[in-house]
Amino acid sequence: MIIFLSCIILFLIGLYAIVTKRNLIKIVIGFAFIEYAINLLFALIGFRRGMLAPIITQVDMPHKFVDPIPQALVLTAIVIALGTTALMLSVVLRIYNRYKTFDIAEIRKLKG
Amino acid sequence: MIELYLFLVFMIIAAFVATEIKDLLAAVISLGAVGFSVAIMFILVQAPDLAIVQIVVEVVTIVIFVAVIFRTTHVDETIGKKLTSSHVLSIVLYAFFALIFFIAMVRALQELPAFGNATMKVASEYIRLGLPQTGGANLVADVILDFRALDTLGEATVLFTSVIGVIALMRSVGRKK
Repeated sequence: MIIFLSCIILFLIGLYAIVTKRNLIKIVIGFAFIEYAINLLFALIGFRRGMLAPIITQVDMPHKFVDPIPQALVLTAIVIALGTTALMLSVVLRIYNRYKTFDIAEIRKLKG
Repeated sequence: MIELYLFLVFMIIAAFVATEIKDLLAAVISLGAVGFSVAIMFILVQAPDLAIVQIVVEVVTIVIFVAVIFRTTHVDETIGKKLTSSHVLSIVLYAFFALIFFIAMVRALQELPAFGNATMKVASEYIRLGLPQTGGANLVADVILDFRALDTLGEATVLFTSVIGVIALMRSVGRKK
């Protein structure tokens, strides 16, 4: 329970960066923190104490594995996180080339 | 499992440093510290596939961040400025909604099985049928490539869409000056 709530605190730090920071790079970093927190929460929910990684090594043995489904879902999500981060950073780079600032308050004042 | 708690405390401190520090390059280094801690935690919770992918993705993410910062600036001018009224309003609203969200998550996470006791209702079928039906020994690979292959197709679509977006944004040929 406490370990799940620690992931939620990491999520809230990312949300803090997105909502209150005025620097675009810090906002992208906040999105990255939210992605890490959710991926970690999924992997922790699927964990079982004393069990092994879900890879079959002996066929006739009883299978004592951690849950493979959250791991499969998170494997997809990690790669998508890379794609969204790269897209956000290219948008940020375009904005900087036009306005010469990362400050979203300054960007709001200027006209394109 | 004390090391999991130590890594989580380290990650929360590094995340807070990354949001508050003035040098953007240092913020990206803190982001990398959090990402590699996530990779180590994946190994500790018996998820080696996730740890491998996380390390690769983390390295690429940091390289992209550093490339962007080298082409622009590495000083965050907004840190240390005087707080405007809209900034104070955003902090107050954030604190309010963070409190509501935290209480809701406390109540929601109580419904889940406790840490270390996953129920595995769906997964027991996949574990039983994984090797006979797909022939793959790695059950995570069985799930993403066979049982839920359409999910993986959608993931590849999203990834290629984002790559097309990056190429369209970063091109220099044919752009109006």
